[in-house]
Amino acid sequence: MKGSSAVKSRDKRRDVLLRLESFGRELCEQIEKGYFPQITMPSRSIENIFYNPDLRQYVLGNKTVKRSAGNIRHLRPFTHLVWMAYFTHELTTSQKTSTLRDVFYSAQAYDISFQDQDESDSIITDLETVLGCTREDFNVFPEESSAVFGDLTIEYTVPNYEGKRLNLTSHPDGVMIGPALTSADFIETSADKVIAIEKGGLFTRFIEERVHEKFNSILVFLRGQAPRSTRYFIRRLNQELGLPVYIFTDADPWGMHIAMVIISGSANAAHVKELTTPDAKWAGVWASDIANYKLPSDKLDDIDIKRLHELMRDPRYKGDIWQREINVFMKNQRKCELEAFSRYGLTHIVDKYLPQRLKEMGE
Amino acid sequence: MSQVFQEISPADFFYRNREIAGFANPVRAIFSAIRELIENSLDASEPQGILPNIYVRLSFMNEKNENLYVLRVEDNGSGIPADFVPLAFCQFLFSSKYKLKQSRGTFGLGGTMTILYGQITTNKPVKVISSTGTSKIYEYTLMIDVERNRPIILDRRIRENENKWHGTIVELCIEGDYYKAMPKILEYLKQTAIVNPYANITFVDPRGRLYMFERVTTVLPPQPRETLPHPHGIDVETMYRIIRVTNCRTMLDFMQKHFHRVGKRIARNFLKFAGFPEDADPKKLKPEEIVNLVQAMKNFDEFLPPDASCLSPLGENLLRAGVLKELEPEFVAVSQRKPSAYSGHPFIIEVGIAYGGKIPVSEDILLYRFANKIPLVYDESGDVSWKIVKSINWRNYGLALNMPFAVLVHICSTKIPWKTVGKEMVADRPEVSREILNGIREVARQLSIYLSRKERAKREKVRLSIFAKYLPKIAEFSAKLAGKETPSVDELLRRLRRLEGE
Repeated sequence: MKGSSAVKSRDKRRDVLLRLESFGRELCEQIEKGYFPQITMPSRSIENIFYNPDLRQYVLGNKTVKRSAGNIRHLRPFTHLVWMAYFTHELTTSQKTSTLRDVFYSAQAYDISFQDQDESDSIITDLETVLGCTREDFNVFPEESSAVFGDLTIEYTVPNYEGKRLNLTSHPDGVMIGPALTSADFIETSADKVIAIEKGGLFTRFIEERVHEKFNSILVFLRGQAPRSTRYFIRRLNQELGLPVYIFTDADPWGMHIAMVIISGSANAAHVKELTTPDAKWAGVWASDIANYKLPSDKLDDIDIKRLHELMRDPRYKGDIWQREINVFMKNQRKCELEAFSRYGLTHIVDKYLPQRLKEMGE
Repeated sequence: MSQVFQEISPADFFYRNREIAGFANPVRAIFSAIRELIENSLDASEPQGILPNIYVRLSFMNEKNENLYVLRVEDNGSGIPADFVPLAFCQFLFSSKYKLKQSRGTFGLGGTMTILYGQITTNKPVKVISSTGTSKIYEYTLMIDVERNRPIILDRRIRENENKWHGTIVELCIEGDYYKAMPKILEYLKQTAIVNPYANITFVDPRGRLYMFERVTTVLPPQPRETLPHPHGIDVETMYRIIRVTNCRTMLDFMQKHFHRVGKRIARNFLKFAGFPEDADPKKLKPEEIVNLVQAMKNFDEFLPPDASCLSPLGENLLRAGVLKELEPEFVAVSQRKPSAYSGHPFIIEVGIAYGGKIPVSEDILLYRFANKIPLVYDESGDVSWKIVKSINWRNYGLALNMPFAVLVHICSTKIPWKTVGKEMVADRPEVSREILNGIREVARQLSIYLSRKERAKREKVRLSIFAKYLPKIAEFSAKLAGKETPSVDELLRRLRRLEGE
């Protein structure tokens, strides 16, 4: 297992650099031949996003869009895209990382300021689409980050830390899932499963209650809708270490969808592959748990119900468990949070619910 | 109770009704005095083919009284034959202008009224110096006998005219209020300069300030030709006068000789229409027959429309020159409409629109009105042109009230359709207002085209500057990515510029 990730990430880095360079070369050649440079890339419009049941995720269709520097409306975003390629090439070459916010500010030094971060984020997505790789591949990360805790020893591959190892039980608060961890090699683990939790309070409770030992698990804190680096990290735990993944969220349409994005990805990231963990399971809290465990609950509001209707039609929600739970939500019109178990004492969720659920799920 | 009937002289009449001629109060009086004398000077030079040089000086009569002025107006006009000077200046309704052709004044009233007003407010005589370019210069000191409408010659001197000078100098004393009248006077002078771009006008005001309006062209407008009255414009009194002087023996000859554009065929048709034998003697027409004849003339619609040879419009080139000179706009469009007629009176409308440059942004539409090359600076809101410019939806032409533009309307006619005796407002005659409206529309369209072209050029410039900013960056970053020399984007930019030029 050792070194495989290091090799892989080195190869990946070389691959990204090559793609960026050939992108630049192509544009140069067009200019030299006297053409206005143009690029063709897959369209990310709604009409071109399809659900692929085999991959169990959204993918882009065959429609493409053409961006030309000869078109005044394309000119500015085109320039931004080329700059972004140049900037991330610099980042990747020097093995530095940058946040989305950094990127937004960095453009100002080149007199091509973005109007707001949305604009720069969308250019990054364009670059992902053009190159066919993720922003993490060219060292751009989002601001927010989640955490991991459990018996997993990793070895860093980032500059100045190459070869340094860390056991992920070293910090009682967990270890931040940042660029360095995402690209680290997995050395060894005693865990046999991954438990991903939506909320920070529960994550801390699980560590305090030694869930990682009692259930032989690696705990991942999702911090709501999981950032891409976390989804990528979970995928690696699943694929490289062969660990099953169980996801715990609030019992409401939004919690349900947090689990779904980890499993099947989002439409927003249809242009990106290798972010999903199709075998991960949503382990709760289910709508049906509210009655079965007599959990304190709230009434669904209008927005919740609207969202449920949307999910009902969503191809990712075709599976039995999803349709079953959506129906229960609709029938009972109740929702509850992970913390609702505290009604029966702080350890109830760990002592009663968790073992029972994991058993049900075939553990 | 017995009533006393009394005949009054024309001079007496105007003395009693001086507001008719624009002398209602000291402010209006000083304005009107300057205006009347300048117009006389212009009428004495331009129609004779002389490029007008006019010098106007207004100074205090003495230091004690700020309301008493000496007004002196000098011109280089054709001058007045010596014997006519007293009558021309000091007898009401004596004029060289009782002819059917366009001129500024019509009845010779203004100049005499000015002198009368000066006389009644200061009790001082007027001094008139004139020469027609002969070897003599005549210098008169005159007053008006109001009751008898006769000039009183106080003094008459004759000097040698060594330099063959021709022109007229009028110097009179007058009561007025220059400071209150000043804005209108300066406005009047400026607008006079617009429609008389071939004139040099110099004004020195009581503070010693010098205002100069210099000519920008030596071209004069075409001179009006005298014409016969058009049958549609004849009234009973005019008909009597014509019959009194005619030596025609038959109606057929009479019609052809005394009326505008009436030939044998039309004369015959008309007489048949009116029920007059062709060989009737015009001198023997009975009063009721004369009335019938005039009525028939008004109702007969086969008369040819009057031609415009009796008019002296400025012409598009002169109007443009005047606007450019005095208003200094960024853009000007002018248009001379085809001659038209109302009630047998020919007229021509000339319009202009000026935009940008030194044209100010005003709260309302900036309108310059002219009639027979005279600016109309009073009573704007009662004028037909005002009504028309207010009725136009300027947005259709890409214009808004907060934009700097000015509209000019000039009406030339042998008989301006005045709304009131004050001669400041043109009346709303359908024939006239149609021409004004169409004229304004035409020049507004030209301005609209100019503005949209300008806007397009501006957009193109912005467009090009965007390309010029971003293309080199694309070249630079892609070259850095590729590890190559930055390729030149000059050719691409050149191509864009060529596209723009198309």
